[in-house]
Amino acid sequence: MARYSIFSLARHALRHHEDWPRAWRDPQPKPAYDVVIVGGGGHGLATAYYLAKNHGISNVAVLEKGWLGGGNTGRNTTIVRSNYLLPANARFYEHSLKLWEGLSRELNYNVMFSQRGVLNLAHSDAQMDAYARRGNAMRLNGIDAVLLDRDGVRDMVPQLDFSAAARFPIRGGLLQPRGGTARHDAVAWGFARAADARGVDIIQNCEVTGILREGDRVTGVETTRGTIRAGKIGLAVAGHTGHVAAMAGLRLPIESHLLQAAVSEPLKPLLDTVVTSGAAHVYVSQSDKGELVFGGDLDFYNSYAQRGNLPAIASFTTALIALFPGFGRLRLMRHWGGVMDMTMDGSPIIGKTPLRNFYIDGGWCYGGFKATPGSGWVFAHTIANDAPHPLNEAFSLERFASGHVIDERGAGPVPGAH
Amino acid sequence: MPPQPFRLPQGGRIDRSRSLAFTFNGRRYDGHPGDTLASALLANGVALVARSFKYHRPRGVMSAGAEEACAFVQLGEGARSDPNCRATQIELFDGLTAASLNCWPNVQLDFGVVSDRLHRLLPAGFYYKTFMWPRRGWLTYEKLIRRAAGLGRAPSEPDPDRYEKRFAHADLLIAGGGPAGLAAALAAGRTGARVILADENGEFGGQLLWRDAEIDGEPALRWVERSLAELSSLPEVRLLPRSTVAGYYDHNFLTVLERVTDHLSPFAAPTATPRQRLWKVRARQVVLATGAIERPLVFINNDLPGIMLAGAAQAYIRRHAVRPGGRAVIFTNNDSAYETVAALSEAGVAITAVIDARAGDTAAAEACLRRGIEVLRGHAVIDASGGHALREVTVAPLDGSATALAGAASTLRCDLLCVSGGWSPTVHLFSQSGGKLAFDAASGCFIPGESRQAERSAGAARGSFDLAACLAEGHAAGLAAARAAGFAGPDSPPPQAPAQAMSPIRPLWEVPSPHQGRRDRKFVDLQNDVTAADIALAAREGYRSVEHTKRYTTAGMGVDQGKTGNLNTLAILAGETQGAIPAVGTTTFRPPYTPVTIGALAGRGVGDFYDPVRKTPMSPWHEARGAVFEPVGKWRRPLYYPGPGEGMEAAVRRECLAVRNAVGLCDASTLGKIDIKGRDAVTLLDRVYTNSWGSLAIGRCRYGLMLKDDGMVFDDGVTTRLGERHYLMTTTSGHAEAVFGWLEEWLQCEWLGLDVYLTSVTTHWATAMLAGPRAREVLAAAGTDIDTSRAGSPYMTVREGHVAGIPARLFRVSFTGELSFEINVPARYGLALWETLMAAGAAFGIEPIGTEALHVLRAEKGYIVVGHDTDGTVTPYDLGMGWIVDQKKPDFIGKRGLRRSDLVRTGRRQLVGLLTDDPAQIIPEGSQIVRSGASLAATPVPMLGHVTSSYWSPALQRSIAMALIEGGQDRQGEAVEAVLPDRTLRAVIGTSRFYDPEGVRLHG
Amino acid sequence: MLLIPCPWCGPREEGEFAPGGEGHIRRPEPQAASDQDWAEYLYYRTNPKGLHFERWVHAAGCRRWFNVARDTVTHEIRAVYKMSENRPEGL
Repeated sequence: MARYSIFSLARHALRHHEDWPRAWRDPQPKPAYDVVIVGGGGHGLATAYYLAKNHGISNVAVLEKGWLGGGNTGRNTTIVRSNYLLPANARFYEHSLKLWEGLSRELNYNVMFSQRGVLNLAHSDAQMDAYARRGNAMRLNGIDAVLLDRDGVRDMVPQLDFSAAARFPIRGGLLQPRGGTARHDAVAWGFARAADARGVDIIQNCEVTGILREGDRVTGVETTRGTIRAGKIGLAVAGHTGHVAAMAGLRLPIESHLLQAAVSEPLKPLLDTVVTSGAAHVYVSQSDKGELVFGGDLDFYNSYAQRGNLPAIASFTTALIALFPGFGRLRLMRHWGGVMDMTMDGSPIIGKTPLRNFYIDGGWCYGGFKATPGSGWVFAHTIANDAPHPLNEAFSLERFASGHVIDERGAGPVPGAH
Repeated sequence: MPPQPFRLPQGGRIDRSRSLAFTFNGRRYDGHPGDTLASALLANGVALVARSFKYHRPRGVMSAGAEEACAFVQLGEGARSDPNCRATQIELFDGLTAASLNCWPNVQLDFGVVSDRLHRLLPAGFYYKTFMWPRRGWLTYEKLIRRAAGLGRAPSEPDPDRYEKRFAHADLLIAGGGPAGLAAALAAGRTGARVILADENGEFGGQLLWRDAEIDGEPALRWVERSLAELSSLPEVRLLPRSTVAGYYDHNFLTVLERVTDHLSPFAAPTATPRQRLWKVRARQVVLATGAIERPLVFINNDLPGIMLAGAAQAYIRRHAVRPGGRAVIFTNNDSAYETVAALSEAGVAITAVIDARAGDTAAAEACLRRGIEVLRGHAVIDASGGHALREVTVAPLDGSATALAGAASTLRCDLLCVSGGWSPTVHLFSQSGGKLAFDAASGCFIPGESRQAERSAGAARGSFDLAACLAEGHAAGLAAARAAGFAGPDSPPPQAPAQAMSPIRPLWEVPSPHQGRRDRKFVDLQNDVTAADIALAAREGYRSVEHTKRYTTAGMGVDQGKTGNLNTLAILAGETQGAIPAVGTTTFRPPYTPVTIGALAGRGVGDFYDPVRKTPMSPWHEARGAVFEPVGKWRRPLYYPGPGEGMEAAVRRECLAVRNAVGLCDASTLGKIDIKGRDAVTLLDRVYTNSWGSLAIGRCRYGLMLKDDGMVFDDGVTTRLGERHYLMTTTSGHAEAVFGWLEEWLQCEWLGLDVYLTSVTTHWATAMLAGPRAREVLAAAGTDIDTSRAGSPYMTVREGHVAGIPARLFRVSFTGELSFEINVPARYGLALWETLMAAGAAFGIEPIGTEALHVLRAEKGYIVVGHDTDGTVTPYDLGMGWIVDQKKPDFIGKRGLRRSDLVRTGRRQLVGLLTDDPAQIIPEGSQIVRSGASLAATPVPMLGHVTSSYWSPALQRSIAMALIEGGQDRQGEAVEAVLPDRTLRAVIGTSRFYDPEGVRLHG
Repeated sequence: MLLIPCPWCGPREEGEFAPGGEGHIRRPEPQAASDQDWAEYLYYRTNPKGLHFERWVHAAGCRRWFNVARDTVTHEIRAVYKMSENRPEGL
């Protein structure tokens, strides 16, 4: 792999950038692989990378139906954090966050991980109590958390409505200083390049149309580019996990829903941190290009349509103005929807399935992006060892039968309520 | 310089009798009504308008419409300052002020241009390859990059303007009021269909506003006038000028952004009128007559001020009466630019030459030659030069494949270069509707293919660039849409225009360079400063999917969303990857077509209208009394009532002691109330509550706990039997709607046979909770015909009668542990009841009680608050409330869920009381609990649980707390520690019934 | 934004309705159901990419629940029918 650096950039500049090598190959699929990963988003590519790097398994293909990162990796609003309450979540996401902190150098690809802080706003005493509980748990779990009072929030985000008439009075907030944002496409591309360099075949425009089974064992996949046999198959197709798993005859505790998001026109810097408000159902940050990136709720009905819809957009832009009265005159430049795997407890499923050699990494609900390196790490482990990593043991499919669900918000068996 | 040196003496659609003064970059200029900011700047000879996004290159006006990629300005100042406005779409008004974006100290002398000097270090995606050292260096680099990026500045004050939304149902919505749209509107409108015709410009007519054309044997603009007059006379037709159809969604739902007053000075705009209005249109049928956008040509330095789309030059001349230059060169690969040649001649612009990429003879070129204008056929402009304005262009012959030059280059002097690379139908809305695009090789553009919704494209929007075809297609589409919507009204003859013979276009996606290699700067995306070399680099590095190319280079991702650049990008990518353009495909067209003001999306739902606050009938009293409020769901409830100079702590203490020692009055109107009637009412209660209801006598109340089917606590409350088949259920304030909806869902979806009728009566009744040992005396003083004695109204009963002369239901229930009456009266008497009770209670020391005191009082008793002490992962057993679960019932919601293995395991978190060793210390709510003596040094620290409720108890003169602790019920007496950010507090686990555990007082 | 034909009120905007997830899910007999049966009822869903039988409630209208057969890719509504009715044939 040709190393990227300011020096290589300068060297290539002298040659007008005419001989940069390809970031990854474009191989023909082989008839068989030790492991086939379905889904060439961040999760699938990270899994392939860690299979090769941590477990020495490089006879691996990543099959992508379209273009790398074209699913939720390329549609999400890029927030990275580990500010979780429940121990299983806290440990897993913190591991992921630690991987993020070294990711650009690990991959030799700048994923622009910007630890600008993630601030959850509290608008009532009850919310302050809930954030106190979460913040205390985070600290005891070794995760950075700062409970801010009203003035603390004002220092960080003076544009918020601190007036007496504010519909969402600012009582304080929970800040995770190490949280932030990253460049979503770069994460897919960086993992792809690094996995390719370790011998992984990344195959785009290769849609899986069927999963081959012999009894309770999977043996390969049918694709638009032919049949590919596989020793093991890992699904990393969040948004479509239910759809693809059904090809293997599996039904899952997942519904696919559309999550809406939008960006404004690019503006000079005006918001230096990620701000979220659960009460107002909106979150916002500013991209390095200057666009405000914001989102809110689902459409709340099953959909695979990947299209923008007005009600959610109207609702969270209105909420945005309620929080930031100065944003009303700005313009929304583009809005879109992404298909989310919504599980019934709001937590992901990473692990084995009732079928042998068939593994699932899905159910990421609103927040799979931040998990990308962490889930790749534990999913690779799960596939390589046919057993979960301690960090993903709790995210099993069996939890739904036992009742040991991981319900961070305590919202009950409703998709999208978490 | 004379005023408006480039203004033509006659012609155009401007009003020379009035002058409008405006300021640009601090200098004062004049224009006329009918000008845009762009045309007024051109009239004043201002060529340099903006600096580009990445390289800060000088830029001028390149278009005359929504596709503008360069001339963006910051409009206005202060709270009404508007970033990122297209000068080409700003209608000039008196007093307008605007400034260039993204430059410092000014647009002439922009230091940011250093990035242009360094451009070789800044190719597409350079930031992915560097800034990785040192490990945490990115945060520093990012600050600099962020400062350099972005365009305009957001105003720092709240927007003073008002917006509104409006629904409309239409038989036919027509997007675009050019020839096709007008013809469609006439054809449909004449049938009686309800038609909305929206156009983004201030005037209808589209290209007819600036093209030399005839319709039905008269000047086209005369036909436009007649058409508009007729449309205005049709009662079912609505004309929306300055209205952009922005989004096309499911089931033929579209948004239209109407800019109601943006063309007026903010000081002249009528105050009753919103600034903008978002129309939400549900249309039976849609006609997309959105026209086409001209493509620039891609050659070296094709971004200089003075290089303009040919159609735009024509528009500035004919519509705005502006001479866009003094000496022009025209560079085209198709016939359309020859109209511009004619317009330039008429305007007195000297024409050096027409450079036509097509080698063969065309009628258009012949006509030029006859008029003495030089036409260089088979040639291309390969380079342009000039500093802040175009000075000269270099031209050279093309070889047969148009991929190399076939001869020596020469230079031509000019200050205006009009370019036309062909036209791309404006298929954005069609694509948003879900329709599939098809590539039309003959025209070299994407056109609408298969439809997914009830829409039709017509005219240039579907690739028909000839006026006669536009009119015919518009008419046909309008008529067909009306027919499809059920209108049989008469057909009328379609408007006619002479057919034009057009010579074919010669696709020319990238003009070849005079030298080998990729060192040249040919801009494909002028908005984001993306060059053909960037596209090639992306392809070389493997970013070959069109989405990868776009994202890696940022082509098409600017404010203009690639309206002019996208097809050139695709074609160059196709060339690099040896693919065909249709195989490369397009990126997704996402809504909106042009950016939409966030305020317009919110409409009037801001300020007080955003999620309006619910108020009880007693709210005016609370406000007058100076209560401090807290949000509870959509309600605002008094948290406490501060006395003079009193803080929260003192007020809550006073309120608590009033209830314990005398009497308090609390507004409990927000409590959810559901009236339940019907033969099977008791069956419903038995199924939704964990306990049994068959034995409840009329006039008696019972507490119930509701679970979800996973066995977790959902809500609680007291339900009263009012009659044989009549119950009143109460719910928590926050869950009232959820519980009501939940019951309806079960009745309608699962238990269809049950004879039960539910009515939400939360707001029918006002509820005053009178609590304390002297409550009975207050009732007596207020006057009641109800026997309130212990025997007459025992604990957990209801009595009906009057209180203070008001018909009332008197519930003898208690949430405070004291003698307590919840008095329900019809809501309209709520305030009167409250005032009467307060007056009657004065002699007994009555105090109004807020929710905080109520919480303290209930916590002293160990009563839970669902949602406070529970969070949806807590079972009744976890709460120590197994006593309320009747396992003998065959079923209730949650019964099976409670049996699941994780719910019956030991070690679940259970609700207990906590008493701190130091009674003066209050554990903050939300504190985590660890084993006594646990080391906090090594994380993760095992946590036993957390504190759910914690208060100072005035009655007990010490702190009390409730907590969910692992196996808590078996840990009675065990010492634990609560971890605070700076210290720990030792506490002992015990019962949560802190006060009057025997419940003597509530029986009063 | 969907236009949903409420069987009681006629076509109305999406915003008047609340979706209620997959329809025709049978609540198992609680005594006989295994933990897995209960999980299937509470949590497992068909989640098809295509025709989906689902429930909606006209929350800001008649407050009636009803069934909808809708395509989850095109969002086309193929049928609406009352809670008491069976899944329509031939869609």
